[in-house]
Amino acid sequence: MSKHTFSIGGVHPHDNKISRECAIEQLPLAPTVYISVAQHIGAPSVPCVAVGDKVMVGQVIAEPGGFVGAFIHSSVSGTVKSIAPRADLAGRATTHIEIAVEGDEWMEGIDTSDTLITTIPDDPKAIVEKIKLGGVVGLGGATFPTHVKLSPPPGSKCERVIINGCECEPYLTSDFRTLLEKGEQVVVGAALLKKAMGDVPCTIAIEENKPEAIAHINDVIAKLGYSGIEVMVMKMMYPQGGEKQLIDAVMHRQVGSGALPISVGAVVQNVATALAVYDAVQKNKPIVDNSVTVTGECFPKQANLLVRVGTPLQYIIDYLGGIPADAAKIISGGPMMGRAVANLQAATVKGTGALLFLTEKQTKRAPETNCIRCGKCADACPMGLEPFLLNKLSKAADWDGCEANAAQDCIECGCCLYSCPAHIPLLDNIRVGKGAVLSAIRARAAAAKAAAEAAKK
Amino acid sequence: MSKLLVSPSPHIHSKDSTKSLMLDVVIALIPAVICSVIFYGWQELLVLGVSVASCMLLEWAITKYMLKKPSTIGDFSAVITGILLALNLPYTTPWWVVFTGAVVAIGVAKMTFGGIGQNIWNPALVGRVFLLVSFPTYMTSWSAPKGLFGADAVSGATPLGAIQEGIMRGASVQDLTSAYNYKDMLFANLGGSAGEVCALALLLGFVYLCCRKVVKPWITLSIFATVAITSLIFWSIDPSRFTDPAFNLLTGGLILGACFMATDYVTSPMSVWGGVVFGVGIGFLTMMIRYFGSYPEGVSFAILIMNSVVPLLNMWFKQKKFGRK
Repeated sequence: MSKHTFSIGGVHPHDNKISRECAIEQLPLAPTVYISVAQHIGAPSVPCVAVGDKVMVGQVIAEPGGFVGAFIHSSVSGTVKSIAPRADLAGRATTHIEIAVEGDEWMEGIDTSDTLITTIPDDPKAIVEKIKLGGVVGLGGATFPTHVKLSPPPGSKCERVIINGCECEPYLTSDFRTLLEKGEQVVVGAALLKKAMGDVPCTIAIEENKPEAIAHINDVIAKLGYSGIEVMVMKMMYPQGGEKQLIDAVMHRQVGSGALPISVGAVVQNVATALAVYDAVQKNKPIVDNSVTVTGECFPKQANLLVRVGTPLQYIIDYLGGIPADAAKIISGGPMMGRAVANLQAATVKGTGALLFLTEKQTKRAPETNCIRCGKCADACPMGLEPFLLNKLSKAADWDGCEANAAQDCIECGCCLYSCPAHIPLLDNIRVGKGAVLSAIRARAAAAKAAAEAAKK
Repeated sequence: MSKLLVSPSPHIHSKDSTKSLMLDVVIALIPAVICSVIFYGWQELLVLGVSVASCMLLEWAITKYMLKKPSTIGDFSAVITGILLALNLPYTTPWWVVFTGAVVAIGVAKMTFGGIGQNIWNPALVGRVFLLVSFPTYMTSWSAPKGLFGADAVSGATPLGAIQEGIMRGASVQDLTSAYNYKDMLFANLGGSAGEVCALALLLGFVYLCCRKVVKPWITLSIFATVAITSLIFWSIDPSRFTDPAFNLLTGGLILGACFMATDYVTSPMSVWGGVVFGVGIGFLTMMIRYFGSYPEGVSFAILIMNSVVPLLNMWFKQKKFGRK
């Protein structure tokens, strides 16, 4: 079988999937959960419950704050204790709804049974509406509201739905376990997404280091008998799961700078999102929990846990035996793009996919030395940029130079910093340049809009 | 655990470091070093030792006392400069000439510009060319290999030197080259600077560098191809005036230059196409100098000239950006 991958750059970090044999297990309920109202890209949601209210699992507790927004549901049953700012993963204050857990009462109408429902509704609009009501957001990391992604702007047309099962980040195995244990639901979810986009072909992309998942999903597709859904085996390469890279690998089309995937006719959804779509549409079950890989060589017990949204990180860690003595860094997500956790009291959000423990030896950066102009950063950059150049331009605060050299195209995958033999903090500096260029672009757009409106008057 | 580290992603790093890459180059040079010591004996070992030791000493002293920065000798780049400089010198070079070469290579060509990564020209080549123009007597008195335990050999000219001299006398190139056997050249049986003599050992090292993905083969291959094509054209026009492709590929340090000097990260272009143009330039200039210049061999000059245009090549030849025209 020929294997596919994207056309520019990429690196091969060791995949370290040491938790691959750990079946997904249910984490016992925490005594209290803290549900953030800002769990997705876009406007924060607006709480619609009051302190003292009794809530049930799956009950809407916050409504979308704008077009790009999502419903948030209670992940537990109990009493709302407070609606107040609380520090998130990075330590920033965000409004959280605190709920004291009492029992496990689910909302009426939610099907909590294991029965597989394979009948696909006829009306695409109804599917998208149910996805919206289920509070589904992209669980691959970006947490972009799924129903917005499934509503292409007028004039654009979806030609292929891609289900992202690459899981190219080292250590992470929750998507792999989901494919193995809930393959049927994922495939039905894929069929629902395919239907929602007008019965276009659908590709489930899985990297070659997950042969069991590839075989299982192929079996499931054959068993369920959906047409137009196929598995594509991808070469192991980071960042294959990047949206633009995956579209390039699967469809050989490159999304332009600043453009959306739909501009080349692609809609990409993660495996976990496909499962959430299945739950929302077939079972009326909104996102109340998600699979979290808890791993790291220094961590005594590898696990894939089904965690209710809003569970404090400390509770998860304590359940597995506490922080190992030699852990120096805890990362929410994978080692390449995840974020270092500054606050263990922070609670999980829908997009929390992993907790990774690294030792100082594994993660401590070596001191920076002179650039030796080896070009490894440029070879590794999957966007075809020149990180060594952007690094210099950023440090010199030459924002025009940054824009001319496409700093705004940087996807922050970390390949440049990962591969730099001189240990130059390339990405750290490029982020500064990218931020400046993006705000300059936004300011220009706003000024142009204002000028156009002034001309109209 | 007392404190948690919090820093931006990525949180892991590849095993590559400047030191590991440079160490790979040193390893790749070992076959050629062993080969040259076997063929030239203890005198070659002395040249190598003086060269490497003075390069390291100079880099250490300059970083410590002049630049007042942390020492960079641990990254092995000074070792490479030392080995390459030694492989570019005849084994009969006196120690003080070798030391002078190291002063120019490390002191002038490398540290003046700010040390590793900052130099414009390949340090070992600058040192070598400085010695070539300053001490032509020492630099051109080549001796045929005498072996580790052999008696003193008769000194003579390198193949390229002999041919240039012969052409000046009015002899035909065909007669002159017939004195050489290509198999001898490949297996190190000719006069020349140490690094010129064992083509096979150098190529072996280069293959190692390519396999370890330390360097990409494009620069080297385009140099070989350009030298082969250019000399083929001239040779087919007039074989009595111009040497043939195989002769040009195997002599005058072309293999050493193409494999280890032109591929130096710092002084070569970053993109594949930039590298190809760089290699074509080196190959073409080498042949022009050999055929029409006053020096019998031109690899050093060709590489230094092309080093100077690397910033331009980096500007002109960029890889295509994702999703852009």
